[in-house]
Amino acid sequence: MPGKLKVKIVAGRHLPVMDRASDLTDAFVDVKFGNTTFKTDVYPKSLNPQWNSEWFKFEVDDEDLQDEPLQITVLDHDTYSANDAIGKVYIDIDPLLCSEAATVISGWLPIYDTIHGIRGEINVLVKVDFFNDLNRFRQSSCGVKFFCTTSIPRCYRAVMVHGFVEELVVNEDPEYQWIDRIRTPRASNEARQRLIFLMSGELQRKIGLKVLEMGGNAVVGYLQCFDLEGESGLVVRAIGTACTLEKISTLTSASATHPSNSSPSKDMKDSPQAAPSTLGCRSTHSSPVHSASGRLSQGFSVSVPTLLFAGMKPRHRSSEAPRFRQCRPVFGEEAPGIPLSSGPPTPLRVQTFSSFSPSKSYSRQSSSSDTELSLTPKTVRIYLSPSSPALVSDSSPLPSAHLPRHLRPGMSSRSTTPPPLHVSQSDTAMLRKSMSFSEELLLAASGMGSGGSAGKEAGPLKALLRQQTQSALEQREYPFFTLTSFPPGFLLHVGGVVSARSVKLLDRIHNPDEPETRDAWWEEIRQEIKSHAKALGCHAVLGYSESTSICEEVCILSASGTAAILGSRFVQDGPLDTDYRLSRQPLVFSTGAERVEGDMGSSASLGFEEVAPPGCGFCHIPYDELNIPFPAQLTYCYYCRRFKVPDVLFTTIDLPTEANVTGKGCLIQARLCRTKKKAQGEGNATAISNLLPFLEYELHTQLMNKLKLRGMNSLFGLRIQISVGETMLLGLASATGVYLTALPSPGRIQIAGKTPSDITYEQHISNMQKKINDTIAKNKELYEVNPPEVVEEMIGSPIPEPRQRSRLLRSHSESSDEVTELDLSHGKKDAFVLEIDDTDAVEDIHALLTDSPMPPGFYSCNTEIMPGIQNWTSAIQMFTSVRVFRLNNANLTNQGLNKIFSDLCENLLKSLYFKLRSMIPCCLCHLNFTVAVPEDELIQVAVTAVAMSFYKDQTLENGRQSGDKTLIKAITENDEQLQFNLELNAESSSSNPLSSTKGLSDVSGSHPSARDRCSSWIEQLRLKAHTIRRGSVKTTSSLEKASPLPEGRSRSLQSNRSYSGSSVTVVKMTPLSFIPGAKITKYLGIINMFFIRETSSLREEGGVSGFLHTFIAEVFAMVRAHVAALGGNALVSYSMKECVFMENPNKNQAQSLINVSGDAVIFVRESELEATSVQPQSAATRETSNGGDGT
Amino acid sequence: MSVELDVFVGNTTIMDKEVFQLWLNGYTVSDAVKVRIEGGIMEECEANAEVLLSDTMDQYRTFQMCERLLHHPAKLSNQLLFQIPPDRQAMLIERYYAFDDAFVREVLGKKLSKGTKKDLDDVSAKTGIMLKSCRRQFDNFKRVFKVVEELKGPLVENIQQHFLLPDQLGRDYAAIVFFASNRFETGKKKLQYLTFQDFAFCAGQLINHWTVGAVDNMMDDMDVDLDKEFLQDLKDLKILITDKDLLDQHKSLVCTALRGKTNVFNEMEANFKNLSRSLVNIAAKLINAKDVRDFFIDLVEKFIEPCRSDRWTSIDVNLYLTHYTNSAHILDTFKHHGVWTRYMGVIKSCILRIYH
Repeated sequence: MPGKLKVKIVAGRHLPVMDRASDLTDAFVDVKFGNTTFKTDVYPKSLNPQWNSEWFKFEVDDEDLQDEPLQITVLDHDTYSANDAIGKVYIDIDPLLCSEAATVISGWLPIYDTIHGIRGEINVLVKVDFFNDLNRFRQSSCGVKFFCTTSIPRCYRAVMVHGFVEELVVNEDPEYQWIDRIRTPRASNEARQRLIFLMSGELQRKIGLKVLEMGGNAVVGYLQCFDLEGESGLVVRAIGTACTLEKISTLTSASATHPSNSSPSKDMKDSPQAAPSTLGCRSTHSSPVHSASGRLSQGFSVSVPTLLFAGMKPRHRSSEAPRFRQCRPVFGEEAPGIPLSSGPPTPLRVQTFSSFSPSKSYSRQSSSSDTELSLTPKTVRIYLSPSSPALVSDSSPLPSAHLPRHLRPGMSSRSTTPPPLHVSQSDTAMLRKSMSFSEELLLAASGMGSGGSAGKEAGPLKALLRQQTQSALEQREYPFFTLTSFPPGFLLHVGGVVSARSVKLLDRIHNPDEPETRDAWWEEIRQEIKSHAKALGCHAVLGYSESTSICEEVCILSASGTAAILGSRFVQDGPLDTDYRLSRQPLVFSTGAERVEGDMGSSASLGFEEVAPPGCGFCHIPYDELNIPFPAQLTYCYYCRRFKVPDVLFTTIDLPTEANVTGKGCLIQARLCRTKKKAQGEGNATAISNLLPFLEYELHTQLMNKLKLRGMNSLFGLRIQISVGETMLLGLASATGVYLTALPSPGRIQIAGKTPSDITYEQHISNMQKKINDTIAKNKELYEVNPPEVVEEMIGSPIPEPRQRSRLLRSHSESSDEVTELDLSHGKKDAFVLEIDDTDAVEDIHALLTDSPMPPGFYSCNTEIMPGIQNWTSAIQMFTSVRVFRLNNANLTNQGLNKIFSDLCENLLKSLYFKLRSMIPCCLCHLNFTVAVPEDELIQVAVTAVAMSFYKDQTLENGRQSGDKTLIKAITENDEQLQFNLELNAESSSSNPLSSTKGLSDVSGSHPSARDRCSSWIEQLRLKAHTIRRGSVKTTSSLEKASPLPEGRSRSLQSNRSYSGSSVTVVKMTPLSFIPGAKITKYLGIINMFFIRETSSLREEGGVSGFLHTFIAEVFAMVRAHVAALGGNALVSYSMKECVFMENPNKNQAQSLINVSGDAVIFVRESELEATSVQPQSAATRETSNGGDGT
Repeated sequence: MSVELDVFVGNTTIMDKEVFQLWLNGYTVSDAVKVRIEGGIMEECEANAEVLLSDTMDQYRTFQMCERLLHHPAKLSNQLLFQIPPDRQAMLIERYYAFDDAFVREVLGKKLSKGTKKDLDDVSAKTGIMLKSCRRQFDNFKRVFKVVEELKGPLVENIQQHFLLPDQLGRDYAAIVFFASNRFETGKKKLQYLTFQDFAFCAGQLINHWTVGAVDNMMDDMDVDLDKEFLQDLKDLKILITDKDLLDQHKSLVCTALRGKTNVFNEMEANFKNLSRSLVNIAAKLINAKDVRDFFIDLVEKFIEPCRSDRWTSIDVNLYLTHYTNSAHILDTFKHHGVWTRYMGVIKSCILRIYH
């Protein structure tokens, strides 16, 4: 009995009129937790009842505390008939179970009814007296912190990153139970809401258990999803990354920016709880993939031909000596702000099955790399490495699978054997053969015409090192991380995007307690991903996510991530970790080769740390270029000139903060719509399976084209969504295009015609060519992509003669004959050829040219950080926009559909730009598109993003004051501060060797902490100036208004007038993990809410738009209220996971479901922080900055 | 092919001032789009008509959802549905409760009843203000009226407190409520030349000086009604015209003071008794509710028109009224100085305001 939940019902307000006769309400409240219910007295005849109840106490198990929501029902007392329910409030008490989160829930919460929406508010107080249960066999996991944020939360430091955790629970959907026919829609909705709350709680508890088992204390990047499978049930699943986090206790920037101050002993204290368990263990199912073979026979799987050589690693090494492993990344809370974080030692973690005694002389500080060497197995692996941008897609093991024709039986049969696979080296020959097909695709897709040839210095050291790290990770079932941004040094190399999809047929889940089928499905996909990553020479998958699309009984499961190699210090054996500090020493690489060599030497002796400059290291290929089984165009890194890089890089993660980027980024979207015949059951699944690879391939091609059109060479945050409807498949790929300085600049796009006989035709082609060239030029200017011209010779890259190469490679392509006739060595670079005779190409070109440019002053991206923009103001505006489009004529061609879909997205973006024009200059960050096909002829697109305005002149980037003068003039009183700060900035940046030596690169990018601090100052000043310029200083204007009456008697009145909405806390919401210009001081817990809304008077509520508009606004309101009740003032990492909308206009009905989540936090404006510590003078500035604040 | 559903919801509710005004003015969505296109917003923001339509629809929907809250502005600040910055809330309220002078002139002093509401289409036709807008304005008047009607305490402050209106707007509403509750006649042809602000000024004078609250703000009475006791006392002023001696004495005092100071002295002297009689008669009749309604008519017919026909300037009027008021205090047998001052103070400022 470890928990006592205490609830007090204080008051209500704005209640609806329940008694028509008196226009009043006799309200009372039901408080229910588990099976216990308390009631308040009836407060008669009032719309603003004051119950002021006693404390209701529930004595409950901590297991229940985690699973159950507190359910508060407000009712209207009726003497003669049944009491009418006004509405309900569900309160998730999980945040109260963690000592570091909220301590009390107190505030006004909206009373919600699934039919009527919000009906007034109720003021409650909730507390928990909690005794932690340390029983080993407990089923609860109280105290494990959950974060939606996909990076290490801002006021924590990661002591350890344990790895992937996942869980799913299934149940029958109450909407589809027999009882639904006789109960009211309200009862049915409430049953559903409650069930999902329960399931979410259970899921979280179970995940928490796994985390504890692994020795962690938190889940970061927690992603929970619902699969509404209809008849066959309801699945709630979640994935996340288990970590051991340590709170950074002091808020002062001094300790935050210099975590090296923190004593090692602190870490020691924190980690013992992590000690006993095995690393990366995962407990759920040990059953092999095929245990559920009965059900699997209904599944269909598909493989996109881009990568056909999945999972073929020699596994002999499994017998090698187990080693010490330790995973102890020390992330500073201000991860990007700490270039130097020393590694306080953590206790050794010993693999339970280790035959190695932990008592070995690994004293914490002794770095014995020799020992390490001896431990290293001698096997040198052969890495089969596909090109970076390859979309690795699933091929799932099914006999009945209708694989694309190109897949030879050998391939599919091989993939039917469950991984781990034993593929002998000789397999490579076969692999090479199978490559023929993918070559063609890759060629078309990435425009690569040549492959690197020279074996490089990468050498055995690298391989050895990698192997170590790899084996450490390999022993985990899934070396996956749901995180998308990492502390410096975590990420070494990025291989490329890996993804897997499989098509499954749903049928009823018979036993909710054994969700094995669903588990097996996911397991299968994860194995697939893992093997793809291996094929890319990577041992880990970052930015991992899973999703589904369901239509009738067909379900597409998708997973994707970025194959990567992690820094050894985070995953490697003990001794190495001391090297970490040494290798962290800032390196001066621009001075020349000798210097670099020296670094190499030293680091090699210390632990084979690859000394790659932080700005480009992650671009270097992780695979071995000697054995590239496909034509990748490798060049030497344009930044450090020492390692090989691919010509294009696709990832699902955020842009690393330390990355060197030229110019700004932009949102790139590929959109595709494909018709599909209506079919049932297996036939349907087959049809979908057959379509999928083409869909993916075309999306990929489109992405590549658009990337080139913008003159960029890499994609971050790539998210490909495939939605299935009855008669069509929708594909939407979104990513942020970036020009990575380290990668070569992209080739041109060239248009070619098949029959160059006709003159008008020629002209047509040249016109198009001109258009494209113009667009590229314009884009380069717009995004400031003007990479320093590099003389080809200087690179000394062994690019082979392109023509010959391409001829060779294209020999398998159908259109190769014409293509090879063309001069491909156009200019210096390979040209990217589009043939307009090809109908697909026409579409591509069309798609290229129809993307309308963004209006001036706007930028957009779907990642957290927009490269090239740093000085954000504090004005942010989070929004959700939903559009449903009806296709009236059913007989549309693919092309017609495509255009409609593309226009739909474009128009939606245009509308957003227009709506947010008052925020210019601004950037739409984290633009998240979700497409769905709710009905036969409907396409639904939902967008959630945050608009953040920034200051146009990038004063800070140059480290000097170049801003406009009027601005400075307007704020002369603050001039001194400004000067001071700029000095400070210069000082700190000069301490950074990067900035002093590297003139060309983005200096500010390398030293964000100093910049942040500085920008906050300038931000204040700017804000002030801004308001002055606009001529409307909001705070003052309201003050003026508040003093209208000169007489004495009016003064009393003034205090009553609640002008400034002081009664409602302003709660900011953002899908990002941070709030510009502010510091998050506390995480209060996860917000994860699910709502259903239904109406049977659709027209009266303003039609479908009115209905959904109200509902979304209500959801926002409830989220804000719950955040405020926890004591927070913002929700970060907000996301709307599910937004289902169904209508039946004939019956005047509609129903909608929304699931939202995020992290409730308390933030403090940096200006306020400094105001308290620095000068009272800035207090005035702060006021204006708050006044001018948008959100 | 059609957009079936199109919504945009911001965490901070986005409201465009311009569109809000169009909505308030009663434009339909398509008319509003036209107006916006003509305003040149498309060139400014690189938008197209489709975008503009979508935005306008969305804004209109937002306003509709907000309207319920605007009916009780106090709720707007502590509701949770829309997150609106305080300055924006103030703007919404102020604009929502703003009214057209042309419209208010039409309904000023009328009973705020369903009957009047039915006639709004005539008002709309006459003033050129859209019916929707007329209805909104009328409903605002009625709503404010209903809320403050029964409230105790100072009228202006009650209005400001309940509707969070800025100072000037609060006073205007007080005038409207005051006129509606006393049913002052303002529609007669002779009064057509008066603007709403003229009436509002007079209403302010009456509220500040002739109501119960004016004398004693601790009284638990309402500002809306005139002070009955005072109206009763006004009857005593009749002595000024009934007592022949007093009248003559008064006249000679005034004439002495005015002589040489004005070009229309002769007319003043000739008209003194008439004018004095009119003003005192107005005072004496005010005890009857019906005569209260005709207060402004009487002022215009019995005082302003004679003066105007004699071509008095407003300076002349001021001069005359000043001396007329002051001289009464010098009269030996005149005892009702308090009532006289209270009465003449308001009369003088009202006449001066509407003498144009």
